[in-house]
Formats: sequence, structure tokens, C-alpha cells
Amino acid sequence: MEWYLPVIWAALIGVSVALYVVLDGFDLGVGILFPFAKNEAERDQMINSIAPFWDGNETWLVLGGGGLWVAFPQAYGVIMPALYLPVIVMLLALVFRGVAFEFRGVAVTSKKYWNFAFVAGSTLAGFAQGVILGGLIQGIRVENGQFAGGPFDWATPFAALCGLGVVAGYALLGATWLVMKTDGPVQASARQNAKMLLLVVLGFMGVVSLWTPLSIPHIAGRWFSMPNIFYLAPVPIITVLAAFVGWRALSRGDDFLPFFCAIALFLLGFLGLAISWFPYLVPPTLTVWQTAAAPASQIFMLVGTLVLLPIILSYYGFVYWLFRGKVRAGEGYH
Amino acid sequence: MDLDPVLLARLQFAFTITFHIIFPAFTIGLSAYIATVLVLWLGTGREHYHRLARFWTKIFAVSFAMGVVSGIVLSYQFGTNWSRFSVAAGNVVAPLIGYEVLTAFFLESTFLGVMLFGWRRVPPWLHVMSAAFVAAGTAISAFWILSANSWMQTPAGHEMRNGAAYPLDWLAIIFNPSFPYRFAHMLTAAYLTTSFVVLAVGARYLVAGRFAEEARTMLRMAVGFIAIVAPLQLFIGDQHGLNTLAHQPIKVAAMEAHWDGSKPGDLLLFAWPDEKAEANRFAIAIPYGASLILTHDPNGLFPGLKSVPAAERPPIAPVFFAFRIMVGIGLIMIATGLIGVLLWWQGRLFETGWYLAVAARGWWIGFVAVIAGWTVTESGRQPWLVTGILRTADGTSPVPAASLATTLVLFVVVYGIVFAMGIYYINRLIENGPQGRALELPSAGLPSRPLSAAADAAREIFPGSGRART
Repeated sequence: MEWYLPVIWAALIGVSVALYVVLDGFDLGVGILFPFAKNEAERDQMINSIAPFWDGNETWLVLGGGGLWVAFPQAYGVIMPALYLPVIVMLLALVFRGVAFEFRGVAVTSKKYWNFAFVAGSTLAGFAQGVILGGLIQGIRVENGQFAGGPFDWATPFAALCGLGVVAGYALLGATWLVMKTDGPVQASARQNAKMLLLVVLGFMGVVSLWTPLSIPHIAGRWFSMPNIFYLAPVPIITVLAAFVGWRALSRGDDFLPFFCAIALFLLGFLGLAISWFPYLVPPTLTVWQTAAAPASQIFMLVGTLVLLPIILSYYGFVYWLFRGKVRAGEGYH
Repeated sequence: MDLDPVLLARLQFAFTITFHIIFPAFTIGLSAYIATVLVLWLGTGREHYHRLARFWTKIFAVSFAMGVVSGIVLSYQFGTNWSRFSVAAGNVVAPLIGYEVLTAFFLESTFLGVMLFGWRRVPPWLHVMSAAFVAAGTAISAFWILSANSWMQTPAGHEMRNGAAYPLDWLAIIFNPSFPYRFAHMLTAAYLTTSFVVLAVGARYLVAGRFAEEARTMLRMAVGFIAIVAPLQLFIGDQHGLNTLAHQPIKVAAMEAHWDGSKPGDLLLFAWPDEKAEANRFAIAIPYGASLILTHDPNGLFPGLKSVPAAERPPIAPVFFAFRIMVGIGLIMIATGLIGVLLWWQGRLFETGWYLAVAARGWWIGFVAVIAGWTVTESGRQPWLVTGILRTADGTSPVPAASLATTLVLFVVVYGIVFAMGIYYINRLIENGPQGRALELPSAGLPSRPLSAAADAAREIFPGSGRART
């Protein structure tokens, strides 16, 4: 029990974060793509395609962060202060994004400011999340179980690169979502953007995937040693394949496949990170076992989670089903 | 510049949580009110109930979104600013927050969508049920968060090992000694807060001679509710106080500015506590009053502030004054309810101008009372973060003062803008009032998007605001 309970929880947190990234990813992505809309009607159509979903999507972020606290309090207590400024910036960006989302529909003369706040909030939130990821990958200084580094340890070119990569990745999710959920000029423009973004995201993933093992020896060891290199090679291969399938689907005018290819890219990237880092939750020193909560706490939470999560996913899916179908140009609130 | 990081962390948490609590204090009650009105509509078929429900749902949407957005900040702030607390108390407190997310947050945010936008998309019974689920979700949320906060006040069901709490008995943890009283007190406070907003809006319309039928309904429902619940809250508060005396006597001593436990306590209507002199100046007192309330014996004794060293005492002035503000408002609430019922019984409720004018201006008193009460309980717990286990100063994160100062300023600026716009917008919605006929509903449904219902309303207010009409 002592061994596998933290592993189960690591998987659950991972699922929660993955769900968040994919779900909030597409609506943040739509926000990032806002400047590509040519007029207010197009902006409205883009907003309407994500309107039903964004609030529920954001709740997975609360589950991810809260879940980390429940299952791995020492990791939560190290990671949050270590990445203090990016986390706070992310939270404030999300406040602005959420509020701007709605206020732009209310404002008359100041609507353009709320449009800007929507774009800025979405983009900044994505960038901050990428920086958090980069900061994690680079490792966190820990002494006596507490964060022992400085307030700007995370501020490196690598982290900035990760930030841009996440922004591009969310934009890709957003673009492929628009391909799926809209029609007309918005969809056409999204299709073009998605193809370009596929290349950009693949590029970022490639750079990060090479930079990481080059700068962190034990990761290089994990990926490039024998026989690991044979077991793990499928990951980058399938990633490129997914991008290729996505590109073809976009060229062929497919509506649904591109979005799921984009999701596949994200999940594969996530898998790559997990492979690189498991069992370290606070790279490079603290493992899932070292940072785990008391078994009594993990079990208490696990029992409820196993019951509640399927229920939640059911009614969550029900809402997506209720609002299936395209959001057509000119359609929306009226 | 020499800034104290502990003070900055405390200021930031106090600021963000004060901002946040305003919204749940409103949405817990409002969601219940909307669900009630919808049930009345289902039962009686009277259209004005439906109009009322539609009207308040738009306002609910704005408030709920603000609550969500400010709430996410708090769930991360435990870690960013209070990491040592997160580790020391995490085994016990974190699961309670985790269950709040799983049982309350997902429930309310998912069914909110049907509640806001399912008016024509789903059958009435499902729509009303969704509203009821949202109301239930907000109350369930209050359950878990009060349980967690109460454990911090009166820890139980755990053991300490190496400076961290470990759970022993989850029922004892969740239903810790102060929890039932604090949960009852806060939930009641939330419903009362909302009833004063409803009262004010109804009164405002009556004074202006608008929406007479809806206004009378709101006034009747609000007055009836306040008349019963405000006195009930006094009783709950009294029981809560007695429980606090048993478990956190120094907090009560601060609430009453009671220095010397060897003498009975006076009930101080006003005083200026002097911490250095350990005495009160300018006291206006009812002799033996505090002893009477707390021990039911005018000569009863209860612990004084001097029974512990100064370092173990909370800040007296904030606790003392906040308590008086809260109780004072509570008494005003009781008076409002009783006078309202009297006027109603005499058939003069809708014509008594001074009562309506005062009520119309008093929408905010519940919020002030809630903030005052939370100041009493949280400041009164100091210097403890978890009573007897962890001091506030020992719970912070290793984050430098400069970072803290920066983020504090950012929060104040961002929240200031957001809060101002939210209030402005809600006021516009109230100004516009319940619509006379059923509204055109969006052909594309928009469930889990709280403020978009508000955007619908805005489009009524600002015709031609940007979107093509089909």
C-alpha cells in the first residue's frame, strides 16, 4: 500500500491536469486566436463556440491544484512558492479572461478594452502555465523539504520557450476546436491557422524534447540508454504521426479529426514528461513517495474520488452533448 | 524598505478572501431564492414568479462568476503564500477542500449552465431541478469550507507527529466542536444577506412605482423571512458564542475586551481597548452584562485577556469593534423584520414611505455583517493559524517580501477594477428590472457560462451592442 497509493494518486493528478490542459486549452486557445477575427461578428461566433463550456473546464484547474495539495502536500508546498510569480500572474490572467469574456458582451463603448483583456488574459494565462512547466522541468531547489531557491529561479530562456510553446499549443487546440464547432470564414481561417500551428507546435515540442535531455543528464539516460530507446522511441514517432494525420485531415476538410489529433499531441507530450520525470514530483529531488500525504488521507480521498469522478464526468459529458453541433455564423445569443 | 513578509501574506489573504466571501454570501442565498421562486411558479403557474426568477438569475450569473474567479485564487494561495501551513495541516484540511471540489464545485458549475440557459431547452421540472442543484451545491460548498475552517479553530480527531497533523477519526475532524455552530451561523448569514438585497430591490421598485406585483412579492417574502430568521440568527449566534467560550476563551475575551477574569464582565456598548494599559477607555457599559450573556449569571466569571501573556492574545480592537458592528447590524435586522411584519399585519407595508426608503438603501448591511463576523473569528483566532498547533507567523511560504508586495498590489488593482465593474453591472440589471414578457431565448444554448446570461440582459439594455440579430 505504501508503494502504490502515491502512484495511483500521481496518475489521478496527472489525469486531472491533462483534462484541464486539453479542456481549458481550447477555450484559452480561442482567446489567443481572437486577433485573427476580422470583425465583431466573427469574434462573437468564436466566443459562442466556447461559451457553454469554459467555466466547467476551468474547474479542472481547481481539482488539479487542490488534488496536488490533498495527495502530495509537501510537493504542493514546494512547487507553489517556487513558482510564485508565474502562478499569481496566471491566476490574475484567468480572472481577467473570465471577466472579460462576459463584460465584452455587456460593454458598449468600452467593448474593445474587454476584447483586449480577453486576448491578453488568455494568452498570458497560457504563457504563465508554460513558464510553470518550464520551471518545473528545470528543477526546484529544495532544502529540508522546503523551497530554498530565489524568486526568479524559473526565469530562464528555456521557461520562456515553454511558455511560447504552450501558447502555440493552446492556439492549436483552439483552432482545431473552431474547425469542429464553427462554419464560414471563422472555420476557414481556423483551418489555415491550425496547419501553421501544427508545424509550430511540433517545432516547439522537438526543441524542448531535445533541450531537456541535453541539459538534464538523468533524463538523457532514461531516453537514450539501451534498451529504453527502443521502448520509448514510439512516443516521438507517434507524435509526428499524429501531427501528420492532423495535417492531412485539415487539408482534406475534415471537421473532427484535427481536434483529436491536437489532443493526441498534448497527451503524448504529457506522456513524454511523465516518462522523463517519474517518480519525481518535484524535480530533481522529491519523489511521489517522499511528498505523499498520510496514507489515511490519501485513502479517505481516493474512496470518494473513485465514486464521484465517474458521476462528474457523466453530467459533464451530458452538458457537452446538450450543446453539440455547429455554432453558425450569425447565430448565438439571439 | 523593510516590509514584514508575514504581514504582507496576511494582508493579501485577508484582502482576497474578504473580496471572495462577498459573493458566496450572496449566491448561496440567491440560488436558494431563485429555486424557491421557480418552485412557486411550477406550483401556482403565476407568471410573475417566472419573471422574478429570470430577473434574479441574471444578477446571480454575474455574482457567481465573480465568486468562481476569486475562489480559484484562494485554492492556490494556500500553497503560494502559506506553504508551511499546507504541509503541517494538509493531511487533515486538504481532503476537506478536495471534497468541496468534487461534491460542490462541479455540481454547481455544471448545472448552472442548465439553470442559466436551459429555460426553453429542457422541460420545466429539469430546469427547476437544476436550479435546486445549484442551490444545493453552494450549501454543500459552505459545509466543507466551514468544516475546514472550523478545524483550524477547534482542531479535533487528529494527532501531531513531527509538527504535522495526521488524521485519526474523520468524523471527529469534519464535525469538530465548533463546526455545527459556525456552519449554521454562516449559512443563516448568507440567507439573511440575500434577503436584505431582495428587500432593498423590492422597496426600491415600490418607491419608484415600478414592477408593483414583483416588488410586493419580493417585499413579502423578504420581510417574512427576515422576521423569522433574524431572531433565529441571534439565537444561533448566542449558542456559537457559548461554544467559542468553551473552546477559544481568549477570543471571547477579546470580543468583550474583558481583561480581568477574576471579576464579572460588563457588556461594553462602546470602549477603546488600550492594549498597553490592559484596560478600556471611554467605556459605555452595562454592568455584569457580558457575564449574564456568557454564563447566565451576572456574577459569573469567564477568562480575561490578562490570563495569557500579550503574545498569546489576538489584536483586541479589530475583534472588539467588528463584533459590535456585527451584533449591531443583527439587531437592526431583527428590528427590520419585526417592524415589517407589524406594518404588513396592519396592511400598511407597501405604503409606509419611510420604511421602504430605509429598506431600499440597506441592501449592503448583510455583507458588512458577514465581513465583520469573519474578522471576529479569524482575527480572534490569532496568533494561531491552527489553534494550539500552528502560529500564523510559522505558516507562511519562503517567498520574499518584494514578491509579496508586488502581488498584493496586483490583486488590489485587478480586484478593484473587476469588483467595481461587477457592482456597476448588477446595478444596471436592477435598474432595468424584471421584464414584462418572457424573453427571447438564445437558439444556441449556453450553459456553463455564468455571466453570459448577464450579457443577454445587457443586450436588452443596450440594443445594437455588437451582435447580429437573427
